[in-house]
Amino acid sequence: MIKFLFKGILKDNSRSLLPIIVVALGVALTVLLHGWITGALGDSIEMNASFNSGHVKVMSRAYAKDFGQMPNDLALLDADTLVNKLKSDYPDLDWVRRIRFGGLIDFPDEKGETRAQGPVVGWAIDLFIPGSTEIGRFKLQGAILDGKLPSKPGEALITSDFANKFSVKPGDAFTLFGTTMDGGMAFRNFTVAGTVRFGSSAVDRGAIIADITDVRKALGMEGATGEILGYFKSGVYNDMKATALMNDFNQKYEADKDEYAPQMIRLRDQGGMAEYLDIANAMGAIMVFVFVMAMSIVLWNAGLLGGLRRYSEFGIRLALGEEKKHIYRTLLYEGLLIGTIGSVVGTLVGLSASYYLQVVGLDMGDMMQRSTLMMPTVVRTRITPAAFYIGFIPGVFSMVLGNALAGIAIYKRNTAQLFKELEV
Amino acid sequence: MRNFEIIKIENLAKRFHMGEGDFTALRDINLTFSKGEFTGLVGPSGSGKTTLLNIIGSLDNPTEGKAIVLGNSVSELTHKQSAVLRNFHIGFIFQTYNLLPVYTVFDNVEFALLLQKHSATERQKMVMEALDWVGLADKANSKPAQLSGGECQRVSIARAMVKRPEIVLADEPSANLDATNSHHIIQTMKKLNRELNTTFIFATHDEKVMQYLDRIIHLKDGMVEKDEIMPELKTKSHVSL
Ligand SMILES: Nc1ncnc2c1ncn2[C@@H]1O[C@H](COP(=O)(O)OP(=O)(O)OP(=O)(O)O)[C@@H](O)[C@H]1O
Ligand SMILES: [Mg+2]
Repeated sequence: MIKFLFKGILKDNSRSLLPIIVVALGVALTVLLHGWITGALGDSIEMNASFNSGHVKVMSRAYAKDFGQMPNDLALLDADTLVNKLKSDYPDLDWVRRIRFGGLIDFPDEKGETRAQGPVVGWAIDLFIPGSTEIGRFKLQGAILDGKLPSKPGEALITSDFANKFSVKPGDAFTLFGTTMDGGMAFRNFTVAGTVRFGSSAVDRGAIIADITDVRKALGMEGATGEILGYFKSGVYNDMKATALMNDFNQKYEADKDEYAPQMIRLRDQGGMAEYLDIANAMGAIMVFVFVMAMSIVLWNAGLLGGLRRYSEFGIRLALGEEKKHIYRTLLYEGLLIGTIGSVVGTLVGLSASYYLQVVGLDMGDMMQRSTLMMPTVVRTRITPAAFYIGFIPGVFSMVLGNALAGIAIYKRNTAQLFKELEV
Repeated sequence: MRNFEIIKIENLAKRFHMGEGDFTALRDINLTFSKGEFTGLVGPSGSGKTTLLNIIGSLDNPTEGKAIVLGNSVSELTHKQSAVLRNFHIGFIFQTYNLLPVYTVFDNVEFALLLQKHSATERQKMVMEALDWVGLADKANSKPAQLSGGECQRVSIARAMVKRPEIVLADEPSANLDATNSHHIIQTMKKLNRELNTTFIFATHDEKVMQYLDRIIHLKDGMVEKDEIMPELKTKSHVSL
């Protein structure tokens, strides 16, 4: 019987080919979109973590109240002791010091007069200490367009859009103007070591990256740092671990009522990241739901049409002594079989397309010109283990559901009525 | 051998719900059919022929009265029991053949055996024998679309006969066929009726079919108008092939 039905499925294109194409298409889209969204969200989350939020971040309580404003007058003093303590207390993470700052950058002409001037945001990171993980974290090697990485104090990187705007090239000198910790005026001369492009409009518009020792000197922040960032050595943010870590750390300072005492927050607690994380986590379920709905409706209709065409077959099978229940069940098996075949095909297609977009990426730079979100302009899909099975849920489910709904007609009509329809 | 009674219909009525009132399709039907009969239900369109065949075939239930088929009261059978009755004991032949277009002639006939427990070799033998009866053994691997109307109807006779049912119900089997083919398929059925002692009940308006019947039951407005046994001689003369 099974063999007989299988033969029928193979020989009847409208029963196999069309639904398989529909299922495969839906499944391929599910897989691709899932990969796309996980990729886009994952890249954004990672980029944010690398540049801004860390997986966890330690600041003074006062700084933490307003950390978006980079209030360096409220920075952690004696930061290096704290970094060392974090390193020994929590060796699962890389701990790095950062100063985030804003300022004005001034390019002089030959006579030393101002040739061009503009606002910048700055990252002071550890460029020179041996074994610094920061160069890798910012992907600086790959980001360099012109020149080289800073190799000695007084050298800095500037972003390419900015460099182009002011026609600056490696070797040029500039002055950074800022505010010292005490609210005084600060300035320091730097040389452009190289120009970089990170692929995020929000950063590339105007940023400078310099060694933290230089910036400490420039801003009068000797021994201090605005933020200490912690990164899980796995490279992947883990909300549960971060929460446990945060609670453990903050508890140690509970008794200390000083507003300059350190405080830890998670990636999740910073600038819209909570939604990102939640969407990234819910994405699988959302995609599956949307495609189950959409495909079920299409397949239900395809099933209804197929079912109508097959009334004569059902009628004959009833006449030959098959029970309605059995016919209905075989219809579900058919759905299962076709759904599975379609899902396999669709997953293969979806994975190939995802793989292509993972390698090549899609440049969305033009669409994100004005974006202030830290989001890579080249979006790449990401193939996660879920990509291999996620399509099967809507694929199989919708096909079986479609056939199940279509098959209800067999039950609704009484047997003789199915026969009436035979006679016409 | 002839007088063995296999179908008994007692005070049967069938009504269909139609909007406001009920429509009476059959009433006061009292009939018995014996093993090996070759009988026709004859009457104008709408007289209830198909309705009566459906009830005998356990595809539909009487509203009143009883239809007892091979000792089973149709209205008291469960879905499963009536499926078993059809599966083992009743064959159907339709006006429109109703072959499954994607399958071969062989597959179409074999289909009738799949719900029964036969081995593949047994099935092969039974199917080929049935195709032999209707003279289509050489078309076993053709698709229905490659056959003429008469050949299609002969395949559907083979499908109805392959499980050797006690009863075959044929609703207007010749309506789509020309005269030659009509004679041919009726003669085929008559031959099987003789050889296997299968009971055939037809619904028909076709004069050509009527010539072969041993008994004609005239229906009119859902009632039996006349129940006539045909003289043996008359039918005999036509059977000679
Ligand atoms: N399911 C149904 N619902 C309502 N009325 C029905 C139904 N089935 C049959 N009828 C009615 O019952 C009457 C008898 O129908 P039936 O099909 O038995 O006639 P018939 O003798 O086979 O006619 P024909 O020679 O045209 O095939 C008709 O008037 C028909 O409209
Ligand atoms: Mg009829």
